Amino acid sequence: MPDQPTRGKLRIYLGYAAGVGKTYQMLHDAQELKHSGHDVVIGYFEPHGRVDTIAKTRNLETIPRRRVEYRSARFEEMDTPAILARKPQICVVDEFPHTNVPGSERAKRWQDVQVLLDEGIDVLTTMNIQHLESLNDQVARISGIQVRETIPDWVVQEADQVVMVDLTPRALLNRLIRGVVYGPEKARTAMDHFFKESTLVALRELALRQTAHEVEIRQLDVEDLPPPMSPGANNLQTVVTGRTERILVYVNADPSSAIVIRRAKRMADYLQADCFAVAVHRSADTNDLPETERDAIERYLNFARHLHVEARLLEGDNAANSLVDFARRNGVTQIFLAHPKDRGLWTILRRNIAQQVVQLARDMQVTIVAEREVALGS
Amino acid sequence: MTARRKTPEELLRVAQAEEDKQQTRGKLKVFLGYASGVGKSFRMVDEGRRRKERGEDVVVGTVQPAAPDEVQAVLANLEKAPTKVMEGVPVIDVAWVLARKPAVCLVDGLAYDNPPGSRNSTRWQDVVELLKAGIDVITSINIQYIAELCQRVEPLTGKRVQSTVPQSFLFSADEIVVVDVPPEMCMTRSPDGQQVEDEHAARRLSELREIALLFAADVVDHQLEQYLERNGLAQTFGTQERILVCVTPRANARMMIESGRRNANRFHGELIVAYVKQHRLSGDDQAALDANFAIARENTAEIEILEGEDPIGTILRFARERGITQIFVGHSLQLSWWNRLKGSHVDHLIHQAQGIDVRIFPH
Repeated sequence: MPDQPTRGKLRIYLGYAAGVGKTYQMLHDAQELKHSGHDVVIGYFEPHGRVDTIAKTRNLETIPRRRVEYRSARFEEMDTPAILARKPQICVVDEFPHTNVPGSERAKRWQDVQVLLDEGIDVLTTMNIQHLESLNDQVARISGIQVRETIPDWVVQEADQVVMVDLTPRALLNRLIRGVVYGPEKARTAMDHFFKESTLVALRELALRQTAHEVEIRQLDVEDLPPPMSPGANNLQTVVTGRTERILVYVNADPSSAIVIRRAKRMADYLQADCFAVAVHRSADTNDLPETERDAIERYLNFARHLHVEARLLEGDNAANSLVDFARRNGVTQIFLAHPKDRGLWTILRRNIAQQVVQLARDMQVTIVAEREVALGS
Repeated sequence: MTARRKTPEELLRVAQAEEDKQQTRGKLKVFLGYASGVGKSFRMVDEGRRRKERGEDVVVGTVQPAAPDEVQAVLANLEKAPTKVMEGVPVIDVAWVLARKPAVCLVDGLAYDNPPGSRNSTRWQDVVELLKAGIDVITSINIQYIAELCQRVEPLTGKRVQSTVPQSFLFSADEIVVVDVPPEMCMTRSPDGQQVEDEHAARRLSELREIALLFAADVVDHQLEQYLERNGLAQTFGTQERILVCVTPRANARMMIESGRRNANRFHGELIVAYVKQHRLSGDDQAALDANFAIARENTAEIEILEGEDPIGTILRFARERGITQIFVGHSLQLSWWNRLKGSHVDHLIHQAQGIDVRIFPH
């Protein structure tokens, strides 16, 4: 076996909307890198008919796309094996959050990029702020659109560089009007939806703040950071990580679980806290639950894992008791729960889980995460 | 049910229409960089080139003495104002530009003090004059020349700058663009030609970069707020974390406020400590409350004293006005067995705090 190559470096060009010039900037830098003697290829490029951007690919070698047929329609995807065979020093990969056609070896393009990085290839890629998983609910609230193609935050955190590609919303709207970004029909629809100026201003602010945060976390000296911890046993109290905060997320079958997981994970990342997620059921076997509920719990626990949050099912007859008990034994400082929905007679007779947890966990901080409902924009 | 609030988009449109009506003033656009070599000047002249290609009348007011080749190449195709050098300092020939009256004037490097005897004492005041005459100005600036940032930037650059531009002038710009490049690229591009490989230099550049990005974010936030405020609308976007700590005499204020401070710092957000006025406070309670305010001041929180019969409603109204994203309360808000029967204050707060996270602290 040959030695494992040093992992490639990832640089992300972050924008806040289509047309701000991410791909242009990326190709501009790729040209400069080639000029200074690096072996640069284009792994995937989406021209969108933009003349200036297409001109920036001149003299750069392009790895042809892989043709895929799915349900008798033709698709073109990045040809990861061909890039690996070509083994360039640096590979340009447009549209990082892209979802591959079903039946592809990997579901997401960012996973293909992981493979390139593992093989020691440096990658330049592009994405917009609205594709960052932990901001999904906030973006929905700002834009009225729930973005489906998301990238887990840890993928972005692992990048060596995040660069902000900035353009003012007014300039972007002018580009749209002049037909630089889309054709006239699509441009008009876009301006009625995602491309409202207020939405763009807000997304831009999010992107600037996120980039500043990415710059800041990369300043922390590696030796200052405690190692990440994992809840191996049920009792973690004695593990000293040096991290002051430990966040526990309560997950159930309700869709608000996803919102709580995103928010808690974002909070944990900013506070450099550990983060776990638990669901509670009376037995380890959930077969007695209706199928939809069982699937939902499983889905949200997996969603947490997908975001690199340790997740597990706890056994217990009373969810609030089990949750608080687990929290206490594991030195949790904050519990995150969804906003309670039930209201009415039932809550008077039997307090909802949020109320119960607040009562039981009087020695901890309990955060009730608001639903970030789609109230604006649409 | 209240009438549907206008969406921010609708408000923006109204505000802009108003602005456009009264506006004969030129528009100011600023390219902001965190160090020399990030490519601000290029972005600026390149915009000038594109505008000229689209038929706008573009004139170069002044260029930096040692412009890189790529900038020179673009400048070659643009009309330049005659260079006026006074005491070795390049000065915009304001009278010439005003007489020429182009649609757009490029001003490379905003932070210059003009020599004594000039029309204006600083270049940014020259720019104000051009804007007043209805000329659009596109300019560039490095964050080290922003007066209010000097104190933080100087230790990083090791340079004390003489000429600065007030932050308020940049906040008044119509558009501000941050020119962001990876530090290593800016190191190789630096006009001093000096190749800085050492880690400390990279670290310093990274800190400057962060300052520039946050400054731009604040300008953007300010612009959005201005639009919304002008129309009396509460900010609901939550693009910036704003933490509201509710204190009472009996609250565990230190824990809440310190936690709020840490949280606000990590998110570069804002921290506000609020108290809803209660009548007939005992001497002890008043002293405890004062101590809590002292903790708030220690943690540089903004302090707000609110008045209202219904404490929860008062807090929430304030929170919505200020675009709060997280409310911190103590268990002490849970007042008595009577409240328990009616549902406690905390329960009411949680139920009514739509769109705002509520964190309950141990007593």
